[in-house]
Amino acid sequence: MYFKAFLFAGTVCLICQIVLDNTKLTPGHITSGVTVIGALLSFLGIYDKIVAWCGAGATTLIANFGHMLYTAGISGYEEGGVLGLFSNLLCSSGIAIVSVVVFSFVFAMIFKAKD
Amino acid sequence: MVKDMNKTEYQKLVKDLSPKEPKFRNALMAFLVGGLIGFLGEVIVNILMESFGLARVDSYMWLAFILILFSTFMTALGIFDNWVAKAKCGLIIPTTGFAHSVQSAAIDYKKDGLVTGIGANIFKLAGSVILYGIVSAFFLCVLKVVIYG
Repeated sequence: MYFKAFLFAGTVCLICQIVLDNTKLTPGHITSGVTVIGALLSFLGIYDKIVAWCGAGATTLIANFGHMLYTAGISGYEEGGVLGLFSNLLCSSGIAIVSVVVFSFVFAMIFKAKD
Repeated sequence: MVKDMNKTEYQKLVKDLSPKEPKFRNALMAFLVGGLIGFLGEVIVNILMESFGLARVDSYMWLAFILILFSTFMTALGIFDNWVAKAKCGLIIPTTGFAHSVQSAAIDYKKDGLVTGIGANIFKLAGSVILYGIVSAFFLCVLKVVIYG
């Protein structure tokens, strides 16, 4: 599992680096693209299998953000229909958004920009 | 001499003089650093499961939390920027890159004020990840519902 995690996370980063160096795409394009690909793989039922195969190797990547959004949206629809889809979509990925906002704000208040 | 240069010649000159990206080294660094994050993530998940008795799914959540805390803190200290410059995609593609972009926007625009600075710019870089993540996940959910009911 440890080796698989290393191999999968490393390979995804390697592919992204090759795309970054050989095209005009910026890191913003690539991270957005990887997130969308994560949601797409989740839709196709592949991402769950990747997570089962290499564990944290898949969940540490930003693609997991798309995966969490999609799975939370689907379980929301199963529980509460269309309204459930809207209210649940951010359910599990909320941990990433909320923690990033809270920590960033607090640290921005405490520390000064390094120039 | 400079005046006689046409556009293509000028572009060739710029290309020759601009520093070459060490593509092979970048790719190797991205592979090693990205792989290391996946590996350490798996180590942390196993520690959480064994020492705190957490379920695997909850450990993944805690891992995301730990990675975000670590990378925002290191960015605030000004250390993380150097690491990203070296490891590039190795740190940008994992969740650390998302946290890094939010934290660096927050700290860089602090001087412009709480609302017009931090408030307006905190999602300047990470906004597209959130936007396209939500939009794509939403429409894929709709597609799934339409197809399978």
